[in-house]
Amino acid sequence: MKIHYITGIAALLVVAVHIIMRLVMPFSMSLEYENVIANYQNIAYAVLLESILVLIAIHGFNGLRIILIEFRQNIAWENGVTVFTLVAMIALIAYGTRTIIVANGLGSSKE
Amino acid sequence: MTALLSIKTRRTKLGHDEKKESTLEDSRKVVHLRVYRKNPKQDKSSHFDKFEVPVQRWTTVLDALLHAKEYLDKSIAIRYSCRMASCGSCGMKINGIPRLACYTKISEIDGNIITCEPLPNFPVIRDLVGDFSDFFDHHGAMEPFIHNQNVDIIDKNRLTEFIQTPEDVENYLQFSYCIKCGLCYSACPSVGSDTRFPGPQALAQAYRYVADNRDDATQSRLNIVDNKHGIWRCHFAGSCSVVCPKGVDPALGIQLLRGHLVNFSKNDKKLAESRTRDLGKT
Amino acid sequence: MKSSNEDRIYSDGNRRENHEGLKAWLNPSRYGWERISYWLQRLTGVFLLIYFVGHVIETSSLVDGKDAWNAMLELTQTTWGHLFLILVIGTSTFHSANGIRLLFTETGRGLGKPGRPDYPYSPVSLNYRQKSGIWIALILAATAMLYGASILFAGE
Repeated sequence: MKIHYITGIAALLVVAVHIIMRLVMPFSMSLEYENVIANYQNIAYAVLLESILVLIAIHGFNGLRIILIEFRQNIAWENGVTVFTLVAMIALIAYGTRTIIVANGLGSSKE
Repeated sequence: MTALLSIKTRRTKLGHDEKKESTLEDSRKVVHLRVYRKNPKQDKSSHFDKFEVPVQRWTTVLDALLHAKEYLDKSIAIRYSCRMASCGSCGMKINGIPRLACYTKISEIDGNIITCEPLPNFPVIRDLVGDFSDFFDHHGAMEPFIHNQNVDIIDKNRLTEFIQTPEDVENYLQFSYCIKCGLCYSACPSVGSDTRFPGPQALAQAYRYVADNRDDATQSRLNIVDNKHGIWRCHFAGSCSVVCPKGVDPALGIQLLRGHLVNFSKNDKKLAESRTRDLGKT
Repeated sequence: MKSSNEDRIYSDGNRRENHEGLKAWLNPSRYGWERISYWLQRLTGVFLLIYFVGHVIETSSLVDGKDAWNAMLELTQTTWGHLFLILVIGTSTFHSANGIRLLFTETGRGLGKPGRPDYPYSPVSLNYRQKSGIWIALILAATAMLYGASILFAGE
């Protein structure tokens, strides 16, 4: 549960930065393709996105595990839930990381 | 003449009194009791029996149920004992909320229909009587007795006193008022789906011994509750404290115990322990 | 003795009989504000997890070039897309604010001290701090939703 508290607080901080980034320029402009790619090119911002991805994935899937584990009490179900949430978490992190890396490369190849 | 008059007035007076008595009779309310009936050995499904029971201002739900049992249907199964919220036997779901039947006056309840069901989260033995074995097992698993390595309880000559200040007592007193009625256990949303979760009652008792400075087994107690289906399955829905009839406030005990587990509130007990040691010396 | 009890509790059997199950957390109506906050915290958590997975998939369209990105962006430019985003803003604000309250609560802070209970036994842990925490979370969520709506719908 400690991991839930820590990732929760950390995720809140980084998501706040992420949202403020959306508000530094007019909202509709901030989401234009070029601007977003420019964001991804910035290494600090890419690291920020990656940390959001990891923290929220841990927090979210751990939360799902907590909810599911309370449904049934037998070893098969518990192990199944743990494996399922871990695999889903790792898959989502991998998929998101791919986006971040590829988008980062996209920007630099264009220049 | 005067005598006649006085008789007349006395009559009217009497008549007036009779009238007053009859209005009292009229104001005596009748409520409709709906009682959950099921004998798992015979019946596959449950049903509700309806009884009309006369009530007074002071009639409790238990009184009404006993009236129904005595005069209307002797087969109603109820568990009760003290009738004064001390024994914790007559817990049941009254109009959707777990309450003690002896501690709930009919005048407190809105409406004319009173629905009595067995406590949720307890397997039904019959009618309103639930099976408390799991509940007591969870309670027993918390080792609800004082552990103290320094006190020999077998050799009488080495027996010593436990010294506590009134402040030390207040740390755990309210949790020791628990009467094990099971209301919190049936109100808890986590217990509803997790049968291995000890429930608010057992966890509050675990805290009761952790907070007691005569007890020195804090670490082993924390180990008992610190597991996958242990204290972390509490999410502070607060329902246990809402239904508790004795002001035990199990939610408070559980959160304070959790504070010990995440290393936030150990100081209280250490302070109390050192104070008691000092008192022992003087 | 303890282990045999544990075995019995572990084996599902008919031990679950008369247990409320899912109904217990899907029905928040009977036990006051703390129960409602517990219910909302879980619902918003599940909703946000679904949104988060969707968001990661949505933004992955970046790698397929500008057209794919704009096509994805179109989805959120409808009225329903706006409403969905406003819901995301509201739920995330509530989940965060209430989560901070729970962080204090579940480590034993802000709950008051145990004492001698007296009739009518109002529990100290369900005090005004907890209730105002829940209300503040709800008010913040409502404000954030209004602010989000003003930005999103202003563009139209």
